[in-house]
Amino acid sequence: MNTIRHKTKLAAAITLALATFSAQAAEVEVLHWWTSGGEAKSVAELKKLMQAKGDTWKDFAVSGGGGENAMTVLKSRVVAGDPPTAAQIKGPSIQEWGAEGVLADLSSTAKAGNWDTLLPPVVSKVMKYKGNYVAVPVNVHRVNWMWVNPAVFNKAGAKVPTTWAEFPDAADKLQKAGFIAVAHGGQPWQDFTIFESVVLGVGGPEFYQKAMVDLDQTALKSATMTKAFDTFRTVRKYVDKDFSGRDWNLATQMVIQGKAGMQFMGDWAKGEFTAAGKKPGKDYLCVDVPGTQGDFTFNIDSFVMFKQSSSDAKKGQEDLANAIMSPSFQETFNLNKGSIPARLDVKMDKFDDCAKKSNADFVASSKTGSLVPSIAHQMAVPAATTGAIQDVVTQFFNSNMSSKQAVEKLASAAKTQ
Amino acid sequence: MADTSNTQTQGASRFGRYVIYTLLGLVCLYYLLPLFIMVSTSLKTLDDIRSGNLIALPNEVTFEPWKEAWGSACIGVRCEGMSVYFWNSFRFVVPAVLISTLVGAFNGYVLTMWRFKGSDIFFSALMIGCFIPFQVVLLPMARTLGELGISNSIAGLIFVHVVYGVAFTTLFFRNYYVTIPDELVKAAKIDGAGFLRIFWRIILPISTPIIVVSIIWQFTQIWNDFLFGVVFSSGDRQPVTVALNNLVNTSTGVIGYNVDMAAAIIAALPTLFVYIVAGKYFVRGLTAGSVKG
Amino acid sequence: MSATPSTAAVPGVSNSGKFLDSVERFLPKLVLAPTFVVTLLFIYGFILWTGYLSFTQSRMLPNYDLVGFIQYQNLFDNERWWVALKNLAIFGSLFIAGCLAIGLGMAILLDQKIRGEGFIRSIYLYPMALSFVVTGTAWKWILNPGLGFEKVMHDMGFADFTFDWLTNSDMAIYTVVIAGVWQSSGFIMAMFLAGLRGVDESIVKAAQVDGASLPTIYWRIIIPSLRPVFFSAVMILSHIAIKSFDLVMALTGGGPGFASDTPATFMYTFSFTRNQIGMGAASAMMMLMIVAAVVVPFLYSELRSSRRG
Repeated sequence: MNTIRHKTKLAAAITLALATFSAQAAEVEVLHWWTSGGEAKSVAELKKLMQAKGDTWKDFAVSGGGGENAMTVLKSRVVAGDPPTAAQIKGPSIQEWGAEGVLADLSSTAKAGNWDTLLPPVVSKVMKYKGNYVAVPVNVHRVNWMWVNPAVFNKAGAKVPTTWAEFPDAADKLQKAGFIAVAHGGQPWQDFTIFESVVLGVGGPEFYQKAMVDLDQTALKSATMTKAFDTFRTVRKYVDKDFSGRDWNLATQMVIQGKAGMQFMGDWAKGEFTAAGKKPGKDYLCVDVPGTQGDFTFNIDSFVMFKQSSSDAKKGQEDLANAIMSPSFQETFNLNKGSIPARLDVKMDKFDDCAKKSNADFVASSKTGSLVPSIAHQMAVPAATTGAIQDVVTQFFNSNMSSKQAVEKLASAAKTQ
Repeated sequence: MADTSNTQTQGASRFGRYVIYTLLGLVCLYYLLPLFIMVSTSLKTLDDIRSGNLIALPNEVTFEPWKEAWGSACIGVRCEGMSVYFWNSFRFVVPAVLISTLVGAFNGYVLTMWRFKGSDIFFSALMIGCFIPFQVVLLPMARTLGELGISNSIAGLIFVHVVYGVAFTTLFFRNYYVTIPDELVKAAKIDGAGFLRIFWRIILPISTPIIVVSIIWQFTQIWNDFLFGVVFSSGDRQPVTVALNNLVNTSTGVIGYNVDMAAAIIAALPTLFVYIVAGKYFVRGLTAGSVKG
Repeated sequence: MSATPSTAAVPGVSNSGKFLDSVERFLPKLVLAPTFVVTLLFIYGFILWTGYLSFTQSRMLPNYDLVGFIQYQNLFDNERWWVALKNLAIFGSLFIAGCLAIGLGMAILLDQKIRGEGFIRSIYLYPMALSFVVTGTAWKWILNPGLGFEKVMHDMGFADFTFDWLTNSDMAIYTVVIAGVWQSSGFIMAMFLAGLRGVDESIVKAAQVDGASLPTIYWRIIIPSLRPVFFSAVMILSHIAIKSFDLVMALTGGGPGFASDTPATFMYTFSFTRNQIGMGAASAMMMLMIVAAVVVPFLYSELRSSRRG
């Protein structure tokens, strides 16, 4: 029935769109890496909205490696002087593209749409280059989630840990009862996802901001960071031996099937639970990563528009920006994808409990300053630095490196330009 | 060669033959194992894959994944399966293979029958050049295609594949023509036959085996190429390997391994067909001279 | 070869003949010209361009301000680059040796008048036809200790059997060798088989008359005569080894950590994912220098020895 409700909502959006826009046709070519499953469905919604406005949607889908291939393609298209109308780009990369002088200015659209009041300042800051909007946010993912199978914890007689100090005890109990304590996939970005949550949990948001966003050398070399690595090493102990190279969703399956107790992963993991017919609060729990209660590491997907010469194309970009920002799209898209809307005024009634909690924490943390960008998902520092730090983290996780050594390496990696 | 070994084995024990067959059979298993897993997975239901052993036989055979992969799987916002992209690939692979083979044939002919000062250096330079990592050429090539006005088009894709395929086709033809006795061409030259005429009347008629080799090699390389395909094409024109990649890679959402495997086999059908049907000519073509320096 | 050209090759000789003659003289070079230009521009030109970029601070897109050797310095200070180089050495040598050994071995066995040769040959050849985008997944399952080979052995009762190379930082690169040999050795087998079929039988017969045993004949006479095949095979294999990209990406993704990174994956990651085009260009130049150091002498000696007329 959910889909039926979406459809009526969508129909309303379409009629609204038809009423407000003239049927001047523009072709928009949109580069994205949402090519399959629920993500592809979400993009299809956007396509429908654009078609309703009389624009032609030219799909330009390139997936693989979390957008790696798409970025390669995008660069060659820009170098060839033939950029797509819009592309999926996020975080500090928006600034890097802005500096190349190839992005279109969306200020007028943003002003007409009142984006400054609709978007929380943390989000709008990411979307702007030199004070002007150049990107449109689609969603907000929360990264510091821990997915728990309560049945497994019950059987093992373990309590869901709320601090890192409680974690080893719970994990030991799970292991003794014959379960895998932590379901994990050994790919660099997944290692990094756990690490950033550990840093946040051990050091708190202020420390996280200093170390992972400002790359402050004293913070990076501090005893707190050593402790974070120690904790990270503890997590490593509770991972099964076949974790290397495993896709994240196979790890989620382990939690769903009751083979493993918990997984540290962003809110996209929810899609796997939903697809398996599991209910939040009953079959699985979404809780904060130990020690990060109320803190929020965000990962925002967004689209940037490239400068175009024809007025048709500009009209298409305006339509696209408006369509992405429309409450109906933000709602449908995020219901499909497991994230929450980027604009604050979307009603959350249709969302599940995990998303509601995420939304509440998002709003609250944006006021207390415990809303921080996810470094593992390229929201905090430029790609080169992120990569260098990721190398250290994943090497630490996959070797016998001591925490002392890791801290030294981390500090020097953070200097990568 | 085969004859001699046979006379030899007549004296040898039967045991030896068994050892040979066993060894060959074992190696066959090593080669077939991945294909077996792909085929058996493509015939399983998703539940079967989730609950059972990944390398076991399917509990119940289903052809749904194949139907879905061919006609209805969603790739991007289009839910028409691999079929569209399958034909896309043919549209640039066939011209690219033919052009690069023709150019290679002419190059090989010149480099062996019409040598000039520096032709060996040119050949070496071409050989070393083919070691350039293709990732390096993406950006400057994109720029070039943009200036030529064939960026993001079938013509552009053909151009790129010909440019980076010619080194290999030249190698094949050059090594083949080197084995042809010079007297043949010399006699024709004395008779007054020209460059094109000799090529057309003498060289081309005896080139069939090596043409087959060149076509098979180029077809496999270009059909399976992902990097150029993904960078120099877009949207509806993407080749089958890019579609496969888009289908297989999902950052969120359930992975349908059965559909993935079916799609992979579908994507490989033309090259499999070429190898199995033309495999005999392939070895024959190689025998005919390509492997002789 | 009876296709001798008709004697009336050039009918309208004399006057127009001079012009035609000069065209004829240039025709071979003219035919080669497109390839020459293309090679010069799109291979050597692009190498020069890459070389230039390796001396710049290029990040997301190319930038043309020179900064000296900084990128090379950073490259040599980068631990990951050394891991990649070491892996290339391990992978390259084992891959080439493995393909040559298996290829030659299988070719010799197949050359013993085997029943069903065509069928077996097809089986050996087919991996070359498959794209590694998905074959990689099948291999990942086979090599994964919890899913594949190790589990099967455990299920069969060999509880102590371990085969965890895929998840072991020190051994991961060897799994790439296994899959790589699987993909390419059949093709090499075909080349050797072709070579064996081309060996002059009279020499072999003479040796037999002299009483030489079969292994001796192979070792002393036949295999040495396959030298040109070895040349072509090594050229093709080293080409595949240096460019090994799909294989690594699909099988290990360079992991665990970056333990199975190779120069090709390193270059791609730094140029395109990490917005460090300058360093990517420096690594590409280093790759080309390695190629030059290994391949050029090889090519030179081979061209010299085969240059007989």
